[in-house]
Amino acid sequence: MARIRLSEILVGAFMALGFVALFFLAMRVSNLSMATASEGYTLTARFDNIGSLRVRAPVSMSGVRLGRVEAIDFDQETYQAVVTLRIADRYDQIPSDTFANIFTAGLLGEQYIGLDPGGSPDMLIDGDRIEFTQSALVLEQMIGQFLLSKAEDGGE
Amino acid sequence: MLDALATLGRAGLAVLASLGRAHLLLAGILGGLPSMLIRPRLLLAQLYGIGVLSLLIIVVSGLFVGMVLSLQGHYVLSQFGAAESLGVMVAASLVRELGPVVTALLFAGRAGSALTAEIGLMKATEQLSGLEMMAVDPVKRVLTPRFFGGLISMPLLAALFSAVGVLGGWFVGVGLLGVDDGAFWGQMQNKIDFNEDVLNGVIKSLVFGLVVTWIALYEGYDAIPTSAGVSRATTRTVVQSALAVLGLDFILTALMFGG
Repeated sequence: MARIRLSEILVGAFMALGFVALFFLAMRVSNLSMATASEGYTLTARFDNIGSLRVRAPVSMSGVRLGRVEAIDFDQETYQAVVTLRIADRYDQIPSDTFANIFTAGLLGEQYIGLDPGGSPDMLIDGDRIEFTQSALVLEQMIGQFLLSKAEDGGE
Repeated sequence: MLDALATLGRAGLAVLASLGRAHLLLAGILGGLPSMLIRPRLLLAQLYGIGVLSLLIIVVSGLFVGMVLSLQGHYVLSQFGAAESLGVMVAASLVRELGPVVTALLFAGRAGSALTAEIGLMKATEQLSGLEMMAVDPVKRVLTPRFFGGLISMPLLAALFSAVGVLGGWFVGVGLLGVDDGAFWGQMQNKIDFNEDVLNGVIKSLVFGLVVTWIALYEGYDAIPTSAGVSRATTRTVVQSALAVLGLDFILTALMFGG
């Protein structure tokens, strides 16, 4: 009887250990502990070119992450990309004339949206649109322009 | 010419017959589920034999795999000035691939071979026929608890492997190589998605657990009841499980992360 009891305890400990490991993977390793899709409020921004921005890319101001890119759509009338941002509820003091840029983290890193606060007393609320945006810098275009200006310099 | 053709045909038919027997056995095993639930003690004994006794090799291997990943990852990433991404690299490769796959391979060697040898020997010493004489169905009584023992143990072992591996990677990366602690965990949480990465890893390990246990039980049950036959069946279990796990891993990865 004592042997069965011992194996019961050990099996119980094994299963508990397995679930603790799963819990650890869920809470510590993955993003389950962070704000999920249903929290926060959404803003939209229109860009001429979003480069290689992806859904779930970070949205940050002063380097602090405020939210994530929730969706990227294409407007067929203005030929612009419509980016939906989900911002955490506690960051509700974003001025309405805020400027949205698409930056690249590091030289080859992923792209994210950086917000520059404006000076307006009105704050953005759920569903608002960020008017002032700047497109992503596309490396090929920059190199092309650089080569072109070099060629012009050389011609003179 | 005709003889060669006949040999080929016989080999093909033998493979098909073997596959058919394996599926019939699986159906029989699953059919034993209700009678196993009446006697959960049988399952408990198998969880102990398959799960608890595999803990040591899984935990130690996970720790060292995580530590080596961290060491090698740091070597490559630091050349690009991206050592802060070490946590992402270690966690993603463990949770998505190495956790389920290496656990399944170790599981096949540690638990699968033992299952095959045990059942093959039961058959060789006519214990299975003895059960049948007593009107006890050996599939329901002997195989079903072992099957579910393997099926339940495998995802838990794989999760443990990944978790211990991440801790081992953290120990080497943050403790020895001086990667920033906050960046290690922060970037990891940023990039690793629970549904996308962790749950898919669990699904993978469930599939591997099913396949490895199934192969082990079938090979034991189908073994030629001699010492040479049991020995060959045990070898086949390890080889076929390893091949099946690696092949299935490619298919599952293509389905889950390929698109």
